[in-house]
Amino acid sequence: MKMSISEPEEIKINMTAMIDIVFQLLVFFIMTFKVVAMEGDFNIKMPLASESADSLDEELPDLITVRLEAGENGNISSIIVDDSETLREATMFPDLTNIVEERLAAEGNPEQNSETEVEFDIDYNLKYSYTVKAIGAVSGRALPDGKVKPLIKKVKFKDVAN
Amino acid sequence: MRLFKKKSTEILEGDLTPMIDMTFQLIAFFMLLINFSEVDRADEILLPSSVLAVPPEVRPDYQIILNLEPNGVVVFEGQKNGIDLLNPLLSRQVDAAAREGIRDPGDIAVIIRSHEDTPTGVVQELMAKCQESELQSFSLRVKNQK
Repeated sequence: MKMSISEPEEIKINMTAMIDIVFQLLVFFIMTFKVVAMEGDFNIKMPLASESADSLDEELPDLITVRLEAGENGNISSIIVDDSETLREATMFPDLTNIVEERLAAEGNPEQNSETEVEFDIDYNLKYSYTVKAIGAVSGRALPDGKVKPLIKKVKFKDVAN
Repeated sequence: MRLFKKKSTEILEGDLTPMIDMTFQLIAFFMLLINFSEVDRADEILLPSSVLAVPPEVRPDYQIILNLEPNGVVVFEGQKNGIDLLNPLLSRQVDAAAREGIRDPGDIAVIIRSHEDTPTGVVQELMAKCQESELQSFSLRVKNQK
């Protein structure tokens, strides 16, 4: 008996539908893609009033009070440190960093002082961007090589001033 | 004399494999980078910027993200509310955290994303409102300039 051997046929899959859907997916992801700016945090611990009263017996940390005064349209007009030094110039934020750095150096712990705390007393109308600038100014110093020299780690707000 | 060559009638099939490979890689790239936490953000809020703000290294066990507009409206989970009306929402969040094993509300991270022109007093009012629900850990979120 003679058996016929058929030649293997090349199987061709129709890719058109898959390529269509793949391109549609690609277009969807490209259209919905958003470049999100990198974000960071300033951490603030605000203990409840009752807990603050409980901790009165404990030794209080060194405290630097910083008052931020608002001028017209919520812009900053002056910074007063510990009710004694008033900063008014355009360089008030770098000056604030200098004062904090000097204060920490005087206390013998210029690097990463973990105990000293800064309390901000801020005018109600002051724009939030200035508050963030001031928190940044006491938190550390940006060095030319891109690194940051940390200063104050504990920051708190005084009660809302009306 | 023969003038014309007979044209080939075969269908030319290009090799689509590299293109499909590349397309799949592009899809994988965009899928990985797509931001699923969009609901936590409010596009209209322009954050202040700082070089010194530290990007969070670890995600807190439980976090509440509050977006604050300059007029004092809080955008929370896509809904807009006045600060005075936040208590029930915050209490619900504290209860939800407790169900996930975070019994102390002080361990819940409250992330405040406030517009740069918001009066600071309004931000403090928001913090005071959170304190009414025994929340104590706040993070002021800013745009990192690096």
